[in-house]
Amino acid sequence: MDQTVLRPIMRDVQVMPIAGDALVVRRDGRTLLDRAALSIAHGAGVTVIIGPNGAGKSLLIRTLAGLVVPDLGRVTWAGSPPDRRRARRTGFVLQRPVMLRRTALDNLVYVLKLHGHNDAAGRVVAMQHLADHGLARVAATNAQRLSGGEQQRLALLRALVLEPEVLFLDEPAANLDPASTLAIERQLNVAVEKGLRVVLVTQDLAQARRLADEIVFLHKGRVLEKGEAHEFFRAPATAEARAFLAGDLVL
Amino acid sequence: MTDAVWQAFALLGSLNADLIEIIGLSLRVSLAAVLIAALVGLPLGALIATRRFPGRGAAIVLVNTLMGLPPVVVGLMVYLWLSASGPFGALQLLYTPTAMIVAQTILVVPILIALTRQIVADLDAELGEQLRIFGLTRWQQILTLLHEGRAALTTALLAGFGRAIAEVGAVLIVGGNINHVTRTMTTAIALETSKGELALAMALGLVLIFIAGLVNAAAMALRGGADAQLAPGRS
Ligand SMILES: Nc1ncnc2c1ncn2[C@@H]1O[C@H](COP(=O)(O)OP(=O)(O)O)[C@@H](O)[C@H]1O
Ligand SMILES: [Mg+2]
Repeated sequence: MDQTVLRPIMRDVQVMPIAGDALVVRRDGRTLLDRAALSIAHGAGVTVIIGPNGAGKSLLIRTLAGLVVPDLGRVTWAGSPPDRRRARRTGFVLQRPVMLRRTALDNLVYVLKLHGHNDAAGRVVAMQHLADHGLARVAATNAQRLSGGEQQRLALLRALVLEPEVLFLDEPAANLDPASTLAIERQLNVAVEKGLRVVLVTQDLAQARRLADEIVFLHKGRVLEKGEAHEFFRAPATAEARAFLAGDLVL
Repeated sequence: MTDAVWQAFALLGSLNADLIEIIGLSLRVSLAAVLIAALVGLPLGALIATRRFPGRGAAIVLVNTLMGLPPVVVGLMVYLWLSASGPFGALQLLYTPTAMIVAQTILVVPILIALTRQIVADLDAELGEQLRIFGLTRWQQILTLLHEGRAALTTALLAGFGRAIAEVGAVLIVGGNINHVTRTMTTAIALETSKGELALAMALGLVLIFIAGLVNAAAMALRGGADAQLAPGRS
């Protein structure tokens, strides 16, 4: 079959689908991820991970991204464990953006050069991206001096210019005003239309409703529900999810 | 005494050839020492900051111990290596500027390792995860961290230069304060003062004070610049 011919080649470059199998992460005697199981299919779309504070959402997304190695269980990208080379086909936007000590433009040029652009070409491409996203004005500003919203938009842009297969975001809009949040969501929607898979953690249920194709509900380190977003919001299957949506989930 | 002060200024004003020679040698020796120390100290400091390896704890203790070594002890050590009966005696380096460079390098390397380790460790805490997200190799991570810390690292280099140029015990032992060969500002000051020739000693002292001021001003300008442009400013 075609698949047997294709697989060894594809495996080299492909990240999706991502699977987490019975993931356990323990720290200081506490079990933070408790046999969490989750798979994220190949192809465009938005998977939103929700759950109460401390449920382990950040830990789960970082484990799926290969930044945390689970104590038990395993993460696979297209069938094999995460590796540095394919990590370059993934993006991750942290809740608090981390900017290099250089201008906004140079933050983009830096990652473009990592991916083989030369300096001159990188500059042209970076400038174009900044202009396309309303950030041309701050191109020459030190990135660490930008406002929270600008930094987060730049962090998203910096992840997207490399055209990753999958983009992880951990509460990217947590400290942003509505306008910046909207800008980020627009940017994400455009990228998803072009084929990106987004895995997003958010505390904002309205945002989850706006963006999600698929919802993952995490509770005390376990994936209690995973399913189509409308269906989840219409009729959550577990008592915990119902309580969480009703806003009265007590940990 | 007042006479000596005037003579000192007269010496400086006349650009006395001996004076210029001594200042030139001091600067060359200390700059060479800092350069070599940087080539060793920056990578080692960054390595200790970012990697866990067996013997890392021992390496840190060793660096801290070396940092506290009195310069005369380093001088003695290098003297024993380079003396005719020592392991490197055949190189005939004792009482040459090279010997002084070796001694000063050994004095500066631990400082640079320790400061680099601190600077890079702090930056790694701030940026490390993002650099892993970028998919950098270990070496790319280290190079990026060194680049990110360039302002603070330059200050560390200046501190190393300050220690080298001001040091007297080690260069006296391995250099010998030979006129026109290994006479540096500090060894000349020691010698001239002991002979009661205060004018040259004071002239050199003034030059050293001036250099110390210059180094500090440079460090401050770097810090100031770093604060103005590079401090994290989030709203
Ligand atoms: N490195 C760690 N060491 C110890 N505890 C941790 C560590 N990382 C996370 N935790 C704990 O794990 C739990 C889940 O954390 P997190 O994934 O950040 O939750 P969420 O993102 O859902 O709010 C929290 O109780 C947190 O204190
Ligand atoms: Mg979190």
